[in-house]
Parts: sequence; C-alpha cells; structure tokens
Amino acid sequence: MKPDVRTIPANWWLRRSPPWWLRRRPYFLFMLRELTSVFVAAYVVIFLVMIRRLNEGQAAYEAFLDSLKSPLAVLFHIVALAFALFHTITWFHLTPKAMAVRIGEERVKPALIIAPNYAAWAVLSAIVAWFLLKG
Amino acid sequence: MANSTSEGTMRLEVFRYSPEKGEEPRFQTYEVPFRKDWVVLDALNHIKDQSDGSLSFRWSCRMGVCGSCGVMVNGVPKLGCSAFLRDYYPNPIRVEPLANFPVLRDLVFQLDSFLEKLKSIQPWIVRRDGEKPVSEGEYLQTPAQHARFKDFSMCINCMLCYGACPVVGMEPHFLGPAAIALAQRYNLDSRDQGRDQRQETVASHDGIWQCTFIGECSAVCPKHVDPAGAIQQAKLASTVDWFKEVLWPFGGREKR
Amino acid sequence: MAKSNEPFWWSLFSAGGVVAALLIPIHILLFGIAGPLGMLPADALEFSRMQALLAHPLTRLYCFVLISLPLFHWAHRFRFTLVDLGLHGAAMLIAVLCYGAAIAGTIVAALTLWG
Repeated sequence: MKPDVRTIPANWWLRRSPPWWLRRRPYFLFMLRELTSVFVAAYVVIFLVMIRRLNEGQAAYEAFLDSLKSPLAVLFHIVALAFALFHTITWFHLTPKAMAVRIGEERVKPALIIAPNYAAWAVLSAIVAWFLLKG
Repeated sequence: MANSTSEGTMRLEVFRYSPEKGEEPRFQTYEVPFRKDWVVLDALNHIKDQSDGSLSFRWSCRMGVCGSCGVMVNGVPKLGCSAFLRDYYPNPIRVEPLANFPVLRDLVFQLDSFLEKLKSIQPWIVRRDGEKPVSEGEYLQTPAQHARFKDFSMCINCMLCYGACPVVGMEPHFLGPAAIALAQRYNLDSRDQGRDQRQETVASHDGIWQCTFIGECSAVCPKHVDPAGAIQQAKLASTVDWFKEVLWPFGGREKR
Repeated sequence: MAKSNEPFWWSLFSAGGVVAALLIPIHILLFGIAGPLGMLPADALEFSRMQALLAHPLTRLYCFVLISLPLFHWAHRFRFTLVDLGLHGAAMLIAVLCYGAAIAGTIVAALTLWG
C-alpha cells in the first residue's frame, strides 16, 4: 500500500448541505418527533404556572385564564396539540419495537400491542375530561 | 451526449475518486443500456467492461446474500445488486460510496471500523459452565428458543445500516446497528452464557446509549434483521439490569 | 453490569413519554383550546371549583407526575436532539443543562403543590 494514499474521511457524507435531517423524509419526521418533546415540556410549564396562579388567589388565576384566550395563546396550544398527538401516535407505534413478545415461536403482531395503548389513551382522556367537567 | 436519456439508455452519475492522481473527488456521467431486469451492479459492470475499466467497486454474489456491494443510490443505502434500474428509469441515478465510512477509491470504502466493532461484542457462543464434550452430543434448542434470535442472525454484514445512521457518522466510536444486533443474537441464544461479558461493551455509552432510535437502519436492511428493534430491546434489558444492580447490589445475578 | 448510568435517565424518559402520550393531548385540548374558546360549561374552570379539585392529595400527586415526568422526557430527548444536530462537542454541558432544568422544574412543581 502506498503510505501516503489519502482516504476521504468518514464524515464526508454528513458534512454536506443540507443537514442530514433535511435530506430525506424519514429523517425529517424523526426530527419532528423529537421536537414534540419541546412542546410537551412547554405545555407542562404552562400547566405549572396555572397551578401557581391558583395558589396566588382568584384575581391572579382569572388573569391567567384571560391570557390563555389571546389568539397567540390559542394558536400555541393548537400547534402544541398537533405535536402532542404526533408524539402519542409515534410513541404507541414504536413501543412494540422495544419488546419482542412471543408466544412460542410466533411473534405477537405489533397491532395487538398497539391497540391497547390507544384504548388506554381513550379511557384515560375520558376520565380526565370527566373530572374536569363533572368531578 | 444529449441531456435527456434516449429510450433504452439510462444515465448514471458515479462518484469517482483516484487518490493516486491527487485529484479532488468528482462525479462522472455514464450512459448505460436500460434493461428491465438490470440492477445498478449490472450497470456498473457494463461501465467497467465497456467504457471505463478504471471504475472500482466491490461485489460478489450479485444476489443479495454476500453483503459486498453496498452503495448510496440517490442518497439511500442500497445493495447494488438489489436496486433495479427500472425503479428509477428514466431519471438519472447518482451512485456514491456508502456513507459514514472513509472512502479509499471510487465506490470502495474502508470498513475496518465495522470489523472492529463486530469483534468487540464477542460474536461467538460464550460458555461459563464450560463446553460439553462432543460425546455428550449437541446443545439442544427448541424452535421457540431458536425463534428468539433467528432474525438477528440473518445479518449479511452489508453495512447499509451504518450508511443510514447519522449517529454512526457523528460518533465514530458508536458500536452501530449491526454490531448491537449481533450482540443480541448471541445474548438471546439459549446456548450462550456471555451476556454479562458483552454488556461491558454493549451497555456502555458508545454502545446502545448513543442510539436515538431514528430507525432508518431497520428501514434499509435488506434482510429484515431489524437492528433498531435489537437496540431498543437491549436498552430495556440493560435498564432492568441497572435497576436490579442498584436495588440488589449484593444479590447474585442469574448466570446466563 | 451497567457501565453507564444512562439507564436511569432513559427510564425517566420512557416514563415521561408514556405520561405525555396518554395524558398531555387531552389536557392541551381542555385547558388550552376548549376552555379559552368558551366550549366548556361555564363553571368548569371556575376558581373555587379548581381550588377544591386541587385540594385533594391525589390530584396534587397526579399534577406532580404530569409535570415532572414529561420534563425528564423532554430533557433526555432534547439533549440527544442537540447532539444529533451536531452539537456533540458540548455534550456534557448540554446534559447537565437539560437534566438540571428538569430537576429544577420538578422542585418548583413540588414546592408549588406541597410547599
């Protein structure tokens, strides 16, 4: 082998533009999936603020509720909901991958693991709604 | 040549790199006959036979079992022998070396790091209890026991999964999909007792924990090994181990 | 034989992911969209009613889990996202900042609910 032969370094592919996560749809969807966590975290912070305002008394709490009515706030929550739903759906579909459930030789169909997740989601959402509206 | 491909031919833009000439990498365009049953490998061999003998690329079985001919076709890792021209015709195809590996020449990449990673997970049956003498016969295994690891044993070491994984490109020490799937193949084999030994490597930060479950490794795998699944299962198993160790530090772990 | 302590953060990430997947959408829908747009019964979010709901110890525990676990889910996922975006040089600093933020948020939540 010639001692001074140059190989192209392994990161030649990554170093190109555009960034790798913009080059193909699966990569882009992956990034969106990861970004859902930002909206989830942002929402729970807002939720925490709501509880703090509750502790501060009626005036503070109602001022907070008013601020939620602003178009910007509602728009944020609509976007956040979209991302939260994307998290839920991708999470349910990825969960079976972490578990190789087998009965004998046969692998349990992923749908049989995914479906109960959706059922639990529906039931829990209904319970939360009931608590808020009637509880 | 005219810009458009005429009926019956197809254009390939192939990555060329000749280090001994001191040139920068470039793309070279070739026209090849379009045949409905041709794959990219056929086109490359046609080029090498008929127009440019200097084009270098790896191949062997031409039927998707040896794992030699991995390349990027229009930015997607594929086996050259399994990417049909008809799926791209009449558009041109861009053929590049498999991503995330150093490039030696044209489409030939350096795969030493991959072989090191494979070796590092001890891809053989490890026995703690010692070997049975041959006179006592084979280690018996039920079909169910075999099914546990069979998919992970189908890897042909084609490295397409490494070409698909950005983390492999960003973290040179990341073990990568095929190596971890192979570790799982042995960890899940009922004859093996080496899981603890492998965990040193597999459960380290450069092992399973660099993986962010992008999942493209499994998407490009020509043998449906599902390395992404292997890694997530390994994460779960390692986490259970970790909690056991933390909560029962002096308890004996079951020998596997 | 865990060479790495990643499993600890990964389990928090997973638990947070489950909580977020199951509970966050309905909360955003009710509190963030339906409520502000007036689609809920008039007294649903009324001050004294909400105070009473929150007085219950189980509600407080629920709120704590709803806030804390998704924060750890975000911390772990965001930390790796920044690395995937190319910031692997600052990997240790990013990890400290992300988990630190989740821990801080958890402490604030605890103080808010039980302080």
